[in-house]
Amino acid sequence: MPASKKVHVTTTINGEDTDFLCEPRHSLLEVLRDNLGLTGSKEGCNNGNCGACTVMLNGRPVDSCLVLGAEVEGAEIETVEGIACSSNLHPVQECFLEGAALQCGICTPGFLVASKALLDKDPHASEETIRFDLSGNLCRCTGYDKIVRAVQAAGQKMATKV
Amino acid sequence: MTTTQYRVIGSRPVRHDGADKVTGKAIYTADTKLPGMLAGFVLRSPHAHAKIISIDTSEAEATPGVHAILTNADFPNVENKIADLGEGSVNLSYLSANCMAQQKVLYRGHAVAAVAATDVHIAEEAARKIKVEYEVLDSVTWVLDAMEENAPLLHEDIVTDSMGEKADKPSNIPVHLHFEKGDAAAAFEEADGIVEREFKTATVHQGYIEPHAVVADYNEDGRLRIWTATQGSFTCRQQTAEILQIPLGNVLVTPCEIGGGFGGKITVYLEPTAALLSKKAGRPVRIAMTRADVFEASGPTPGSFMRVKIGAKNDGTLIAGEAWLAYDAGAYPGGMIGPGCMCVFSCYDIDHAIVDGYDVLLNKPKTSAYRAPGATQVAFATEQLVDEIAEKLGMCALEIREKNAVKEGSRRVDGPVYPPIGLVECLDALKQSEHWNTPLDGPHQGRGIAAGFWFGCGLKSSAACTVNSDGTINLMEGSTDIGGSRTSIAMQLAEVLGLEAEDINPQVGDTDTAGYTDVTGGSRVTFATGMAAYEAGRDLQQQMRTLAADLWDCSADDITIGEDGVFSGNGKAVGFKALAVELFAAGEHLVGRATVAPECPTNGFGAQIADVEVDPETGKVTVLRYTTIQDAGKAIHPSYVEGQLQGGTVQGIGWALNEEYFYRDDNTMANASFLDYRMPTMLDVPMIDTIIVETGNPEHPYGVRGVGETPIVPPPAALANAIYNATDTRMTELPMSPPKLWKAMQSEQASE
Amino acid sequence: MPTVFIPAQLRELSGGTQSVELEAKNVREIVYQLDVMFPGFKDRICIDGNISPSLQVSIDSVMTSRGMIAKVQPHSEVHFIPAIGGG
Ligand code: FES
Ligand code: FES
Repeated sequence: MPASKKVHVTTTINGEDTDFLCEPRHSLLEVLRDNLGLTGSKEGCNNGNCGACTVMLNGRPVDSCLVLGAEVEGAEIETVEGIACSSNLHPVQECFLEGAALQCGICTPGFLVASKALLDKDPHASEETIRFDLSGNLCRCTGYDKIVRAVQAAGQKMATKV
Repeated sequence: MTTTQYRVIGSRPVRHDGADKVTGKAIYTADTKLPGMLAGFVLRSPHAHAKIISIDTSEAEATPGVHAILTNADFPNVENKIADLGEGSVNLSYLSANCMAQQKVLYRGHAVAAVAATDVHIAEEAARKIKVEYEVLDSVTWVLDAMEENAPLLHEDIVTDSMGEKADKPSNIPVHLHFEKGDAAAAFEEADGIVEREFKTATVHQGYIEPHAVVADYNEDGRLRIWTATQGSFTCRQQTAEILQIPLGNVLVTPCEIGGGFGGKITVYLEPTAALLSKKAGRPVRIAMTRADVFEASGPTPGSFMRVKIGAKNDGTLIAGEAWLAYDAGAYPGGMIGPGCMCVFSCYDIDHAIVDGYDVLLNKPKTSAYRAPGATQVAFATEQLVDEIAEKLGMCALEIREKNAVKEGSRRVDGPVYPPIGLVECLDALKQSEHWNTPLDGPHQGRGIAAGFWFGCGLKSSAACTVNSDGTINLMEGSTDIGGSRTSIAMQLAEVLGLEAEDINPQVGDTDTAGYTDVTGGSRVTFATGMAAYEAGRDLQQQMRTLAADLWDCSADDITIGEDGVFSGNGKAVGFKALAVELFAAGEHLVGRATVAPECPTNGFGAQIADVEVDPETGKVTVLRYTTIQDAGKAIHPSYVEGQLQGGTVQGIGWALNEEYFYRDDNTMANASFLDYRMPTMLDVPMIDTIIVETGNPEHPYGVRGVGETPIVPPPAALANAIYNATDTRMTELPMSPPKLWKAMQSEQASE
Repeated sequence: MPTVFIPAQLRELSGGTQSVELEAKNVREIVYQLDVMFPGFKDRICIDGNISPSLQVSIDSVMTSRGMIAKVQPHSEVHFIPAIGGG
């Protein structure tokens, strides 16, 4: 079977106009990682069950392994690479570091994107809300305790910064 | 208890690799890209057990974009040689055949061919065109069935080895172990109370979020470079070189950042295949497993069948134990039965015991270590029986454990005697804990406790530290950093030298750069590589003392080095940094180095408390509260020690309540995805409280014990005890998933 | 004299004897003496003249990787036990 014709896609990634060519079968995750060199988003399962590939698509967190590259024409995408502003870490990144909320770190990009999305809406999210909202992100190392606490701490930091 | 005041040890600095890992910059294996790199795809067996009759690759070869195709014919013939891999030994012919099936496939997912192409989709499409003709054979996936005389035989040439004595005909039981201490039969006669049960546990997977991945570049000069997700770059190098039959020195392994391992990333699966594809194609090749491959074709940890019996006197003294254990080995020998046997009674001082263990071949992937390999299964059995006998004798679960806990001088069932250990201290911490002292009395609620043990090993580690002209240090070590170990190692160097953690720049070197270092496993890194860093610091100090003597015009013997790292002599007192700067300016540049091979197990004991609520309608268990207590000897970076305790505990909770390999009637795995193999999510667990006990390990300069493994041992037992206290139902089978628990509760009610 | 524990699986060779005391400076001397006392002992725990890779020697509380050349002290306790790995 010959590879299908490539599609030209124009989009905004981390605030920058970006265009790329991809095959219709390529997922957004593949495009980000293989075509654009944005390897911060990770592949843990490639079928929407681990959240390691979470990115923001038009303001909503999605599993980028379940989105096709060709689907994001005109969309705004934010990845883990876009969370820090210039040389400053975002509070959610700071709190993950200070709270030791990562061990191997493979789940961390997905958690950061998903946590920031939650806290942007609701910086005072309760433990229950956090656990519910982030339950699509698997972490096998930490047992989640320190992740939940880091998200809570980041929310407080974000609320006091505004 | 250690009372020494430290400056750096016990503090909680931000880890050195932290910023890279929260910005997406850290490079894991699948993020590695080389010029001209091809993508590899491995074709795997759809059958649990089959003879390979023929493999036809012609159509695949003709596919545009395909650069190389590999089958078993491309793998060198390796003899039955036993290689010592530092942590355990392995028969190389099995290791090789596990990477690429030879005459037979032994489990679904067993590799049969591989393709390298310009893109992974093309490689996969081409691989699907490879025609493999199989003769399907009868298969077996339940351990007791596999032990039957007429069971389908996996290997014609394997006979049971009973410590050097070989059976006279082949079977699926490569190893039988037997231990005896005292006279168990007589002791059971003396016992006032005896409890005995049979237990089963399911096959479970380590579940690291990063699938196995490798990049291989076979150079024209015969040099092979490998970037990979491995727990041990040196063992990866050795396994790869031995399988490919090439000189060890021709292989360079660069350990990339690694997304979890837990024991499952020690054996090689993809490295030899990627290397041979690269050799054929003349270009670098990357292969990454899919999640389904990870479940079906890497190394889960053994399912088991266990019959365990204990006997006690009326005063609660445990006097007799008996265990009969059969563990899955998977498709090749070498499961976790040894440590299973050695851990079944490891927490209790039982004078008379007898243990039999069987390593059993069956049509599942070759099993691997998973945090305290083999210990969680037996703890599930023994820790429930201890509760049960306590109840029989009218004692409390904690009291009977306190009465029988092993301590310095207690003899293990396999013979050796414990040095100073901390189980009693852990039980004491449990007794004092707020959790234990807060009553739990809601309907359908129950509390359970359990103890756990893992040896923790030393093995070999190296460290080298180069002093920069500003007095900071570049630390080179060889332990893959899976959970903050760069920092816990650097902190020990900082402590000895009187520096801050931030003054050390730790690097994990490749196999050409770092000194020989065994795997990141066995709870050994902070202990042993930390010890190497400490010794390298001491080496540096000795060199500096000699050089300072010239500078200060005195004899080296006149110079003392304080606990704070300050050099004093001839009226001067100068800290490490200042002296290093002075020496550098005087033309002296310094490298400190050390190799260590501590041989004493670090003996990690722990105890845990679980509170649960059981839904009587569905059998669903909700974990309400959990406390994990462990003797860390000395916690170097307490946050990461807590993290090990919490992470191990939650893995244990998953093992206890949900996780299992389901097999279809044809013995193929039915649930090879994260959707169907249900690991705990954030919503499934509460906060995990931790209590770190520090009894100090006399074998380490700062008293460190390994902590990584023990926390996974008690959860299934603690939860089973909690479920019993909530429901009066004894669960003897893992996982204690809603359908199983519901059924057990129904039959409990029916029998009342 | 060091005390050597006979593994349960080899007590058929020792006629049930569980431990013996012998004069020895290292594991090799122990193994050779035991092989004289209990013929066949060496073949059961050694491969190619070395301790079988599936076993390790425990001397007091140390699990030595030195096999036959590991030293023993006058009051040492010596055991032959299965090799263990870890996760
Ligand atoms: S890789 Fe997308 S959810 Fe797992
Ligand atoms: S830190 Fe390893 S999976 Fe989350």
